[in-house]
Amino acid sequence: MAQQKYRRLTSHTPLFWLLIALHVIAIAAGVAAALYMETHGHGVTGMSNQIVWGAPHVFAVFLIVSASGALNVASVSSVFNRLNYKPFARLSGILAIALLVGGLMVLVLDLGRPERVFVAMTTYNFRSIFAWNIYLYSGFVAIVAFYLFAMMDRRASRNQLFGKIMGSTAFVWRLLLTMGTGSIFGFLIARDAYYGAIMAPLFIASSLVYGLAFTVLVLVTMSHETSNQLMPEEMVGKFRGLLSLFILATLFLTLISHLTKIYAAPFRGVEAFLLHDGGVYPLAFWLGQILIGSLAPLALLALADNGPTGRKMLALASLLLLLGGLAQFYVIIIGGQAYPLNIFPGYVASSSFFDGAINAYTPSAPEILLGISGVSIAMLIAALGCRLLPFLPEAPAKSEGARP
Amino acid sequence: MSSCSGGCAKTGCAKTGCANTGVDRRGLLRTAGAFAATLLAPGVTLYAFGARDAQARPAGEPASANVRWGMLIDLNKCKPGCNACVTACNEENGLKSSGRPEIDAQWIRKVTLRNAATGVIQEAPVMCQHCENPPCVDVCPTGASFKRADGIVLVDKHICIGCRYCMMACPFKARSFVHEEHDDQKVNAPRGKGTVEGCTLCVDRIDAGRKPACVEACAREGGAMIFGDLNDPESEISKKLRQLPTTKLRADLAVAPAVTYANL
Repeated sequence: MAQQKYRRLTSHTPLFWLLIALHVIAIAAGVAAALYMETHGHGVTGMSNQIVWGAPHVFAVFLIVSASGALNVASVSSVFNRLNYKPFARLSGILAIALLVGGLMVLVLDLGRPERVFVAMTTYNFRSIFAWNIYLYSGFVAIVAFYLFAMMDRRASRNQLFGKIMGSTAFVWRLLLTMGTGSIFGFLIARDAYYGAIMAPLFIASSLVYGLAFTVLVLVTMSHETSNQLMPEEMVGKFRGLLSLFILATLFLTLISHLTKIYAAPFRGVEAFLLHDGGVYPLAFWLGQILIGSLAPLALLALADNGPTGRKMLALASLLLLLGGLAQFYVIIIGGQAYPLNIFPGYVASSSFFDGAINAYTPSAPEILLGISGVSIAMLIAALGCRLLPFLPEAPAKSEGARP
Repeated sequence: MSSCSGGCAKTGCAKTGCANTGVDRRGLLRTAGAFAATLLAPGVTLYAFGARDAQARPAGEPASANVRWGMLIDLNKCKPGCNACVTACNEENGLKSSGRPEIDAQWIRKVTLRNAATGVIQEAPVMCQHCENPPCVDVCPTGASFKRADGIVLVDKHICIGCRYCMMACPFKARSFVHEEHDDQKVNAPRGKGTVEGCTLCVDRIDAGRKPACVEACAREGGAMIFGDLNDPESEISKKLRQLPTTKLRADLAVAPAVTYANL
C-alpha cells in the first residue's frame, strides 16, 4: 500500500503574501468596525428596530453554513469509504473549523454586548435553539479537532476504528449543526418568510454547495502556492459532479419552499414581495442566487472537462456559487425582515413604528467590513494551519496512492 | 447605571445577586415617592383609580403565580388621534426620540387599522402582549427574556447579550433595541445600550400597588384600557371580559396574550 504523504506550506510566493496582507487588512478593518459599532451603538449601522439582523448576519450564517459543508470531503472519504477523497480530508477538516470560527467571530462582534459572550457560554435557556447552537458550534470544533487528530497522529491514525468513529460523529454533528442553524429561522412562528421545517434541509443542502466551493477554491490557491496540482483530473470530475448534485438539491428545496408558501393564501404577500415586487430582493434572488449562483455554475460545471480549462471553470463556478450564497442569505435574512409582520390579519396597518410598511435597509460600511473580516479570519486560519501542520496532500494526490 | 438595568428589585428576579441592596434603595425611593405623591396630589394617583385590582407586593416577596396581570383595550373607547397612552409611557420610562424613528424605541404605539374589506378605520394601542407562551422567552439563548410568576414578560438586562433573537421572534414587534447611549434615564427604567427592551407593564408601579402609566393616562381620556388580575373573577377586567366581544392579536399562534382587544 502506497502511503499518502502530506506536507506543510514551506516557501511562499508573492501572491501568497499579498493574499495574507489583504486578509490581515480586512481583519483589522473588521475589528475597527466592531469597535466603532460597540462604542457608538448599533445606531451607526443600517440595522434598526425593523431590520434587526443585517449584513453581519448574512456573512455569519453564510460562513457557519459553509463550515459544515467544508467537511464534505472528509465525510465522503471516511463515512462513505471513497478513498480518492482521503488525501483532502485533513484540509477539509481545518477549513471547516476555520470557516466556523470566522462566522462565529462576526456573530459575536455584532452582539449588542459582545463582552457578554461569556454569559452566553455559561447561562443557557435550553428551550432556545440559539442556546443549542452554542453547544453545536463548540462541539463541532472539538469533534473536528479530534477527527483531525485521528487522521494525523501517527499512532491514532493506525486505529481505523477510531478514525471511522470520529468521522461518523463529525458527519452526524455537522448535519445537526446546519439543521440547528436553519432552525434559528424555521422556528420563528410569526415570520411569514421563515417559519417552516424546510429551513433545516434547505440550509443543509446549501451548506454542501458552499462548503465544497470553499474547498475547491482553497485547493486551487494552495495548488498555485505549492506549484503543484493538488486536484488531479479525477477529482476535478468528482467535484464537478458533486457540486452539480448539491446545486440541484438546493434549487429543488428552494423551489418546494416557495411553492408551498405560494400555494397558501396567507403567505402569498411575502412570496410576491421576495420574488417579484420587493425591488432589491427579487433581484438578489433571481439574478444573484438563481442565475449567477446556480444556473451559471451548473452550465460551467456541465461544459467543463477535467483538464486545465475545466479546472479553471470549476474554480470560476465555485466563486460564482459563493456569491450566489451571499445573495441567498441576503434574501432570506434581510428580505424576510423587510416584509412587515402581519399582526392584524385582514387589516391594513400603519403607525409611526413602521407597522405594515416595507422596511428599508442599506448595509453600512462597518457591517460589511465586519462581515468580510469573517471570511478573512477563516482564510487566515486555514493558511496558518497549512503553514504549521501537514494538512495538504503531497502532490500529485493520486487516488491510486490511497488505495490498498 | 446602564449595566445594572432592569433586574433585581424591579423584576423580583434573584438572578443577579444584587437584589438586597436594590430592594432597600428602591424601596426607600418608592416610599419617599409615594409619600410625596400623597402629599402633593392626593386622590390623583393611588386613590383616584383605586387599588382594588392592583394590590401592592411587599418588597422582597416574590411575584405570585396566583395573580395574572392583564389588560383589556376597548377600541370603541380609544379616541382617534389620542396619544395619551404613548406620551405617558414615554414620560414614565424616559423614552425620547433621537430624530431617527427607525431606531427609536417604542414600548407602546398607536396603530391605525383599516379593515381591508370594509374600509372601516380604527386605532389600536399595541405593546408587549405579555404572552402566556412568549416566543421571546423561548428563543432567548441566555434566559434574559423571562416571564415573571404573575405573567409579566421582562428582559433581565444583566444577562441580555443583545443578540436580538427575541425581536425576530416576537409576533407583535413589541421589542426595541437600544441603539445608542442614553444619559437621561429614569431610575425605574434603566436603558443599557446594546440590550433589548420593551413594555414592562410598569412593573415597578404594579409592585407598588399602582396601575401602568398608560392605563392611568387613558383613564383621563375615556378609559379604553382596563388593567387588572385575570385570575380574579371579581376584578373589573374579568367582569368586562365576560361582557364584551373580544379578540387576541394573532390568536392563531396560541401564544395567549394577556392583552385583549374589545370591538376590534
